[in-house]
Amino acid sequence: MKALYIVIIGGGNIGYYLSKALLSEGHEVLIIEKDTRKCERLEDELGSCCMRGDGCETAVLSEAGLNRADVLISTTAQDEDNLVSCQVARYRFKVPRTIALVNNPINEKIFKELGVDATISVTNAILEHVEQEIPAHPLIHLLTMSGHMEEVVELIIPKESPALGKSMGQLRLPADTTIALLLRDGEKPRIPDIETTFKENDRIIALTTIDSEKILEKALLG
Amino acid sequence: MPRTKAVKSNKKTIVIMGCGRVGGKLATMLDAAGHKVTVLDLDAYSFRRLPPTFSGTALIGNGTDEDMLRKAGIAEADAFIALTQGDNRNVMAAQIAHNIFKVPRVICRIYDPLRKDIYEQLGLESISPTEVFADLLFNRIEKI
Repeated sequence: MKALYIVIIGGGNIGYYLSKALLSEGHEVLIIEKDTRKCERLEDELGSCCMRGDGCETAVLSEAGLNRADVLISTTAQDEDNLVSCQVARYRFKVPRTIALVNNPINEKIFKELGVDATISVTNAILEHVEQEIPAHPLIHLLTMSGHMEEVVELIIPKESPALGKSMGQLRLPADTTIALLLRDGEKPRIPDIETTFKENDRIIALTTIDSEKILEKALLG
Repeated sequence: MPRTKAVKSNKKTIVIMGCGRVGGKLATMLDAAGHKVTVLDLDAYSFRRLPPTFSGTALIGNGTDEDMLRKAGIAEADAFIALTQGDNRNVMAAQIAHNIFKVPRVICRIYDPLRKDIYEQLGLESISPTEVFADLLFNRIEKI
């Protein structure tokens, strides 16, 4: 893999662990941090990879060599600072990829609209997991294809499922949905065909879309 | 682009973020001129700058929060002016007003002249008080 030049704004916990991981993968990393003491601590731990300054200021970013940066990641606790760093990087220095930490989840949508390539909201990430762990929701989101409407979901056939005893061919599934895998206790995972009938506690992995998810849920879970 | 002083008689709805010296004064002036003014500030103590005659709305809240802006009536506003102490806060709120809520006139204060240039290029109407004041002083000294 090509070594990237990655500039990180903010030397807090996220900035620190991110830098550590990226450095160990052989990338070139520079952290920009306002606080002198945080800077010193980062340099002690990680070597000379920290610059003191305001990561929103053009002069500081210019000195950091942002012209040749491949990625800028802004990880401060202030959403407005993260937005401005990413915008200055993108529009002034033509950095090809900008990533922002988003503290207020509502800002994810706004940041994307304003030209930030990727956003990470810790709150939203936790919420997704909370919803996944609640057993009352037997449809579990495993993966969302980025940039597409497709997603991979897991369903466990319950006792009261309308699909029990029916073959796949008899079920009215949405056209854009594929049942990819059937996992049954004591059997090898297999790809179901139209003859396959479902039993209680079967685990099903399906490829579907956000729009068809509800229809799939109704057909298999009731 | 300095705004012309001629205020037409039609009543405008204006949201101002930041009730500091400039924000408070502007809100007072626009209110006295008969406009419908809403001022937002994080600190209720800032509203002491508004005179007892002020007939507009003073709201405690963060202007970079989309929900708060909606509460302040941004969706119906004719103009939004960002006047907090933080350049980045102003830039973010002004862009939300301009790009998300499509407010017809958005003006943003950006102290840092370099940052002001970048956002002017991105189509945000911005004023750098640093630049304006330095120019003013420069011209006066030159005339001596």
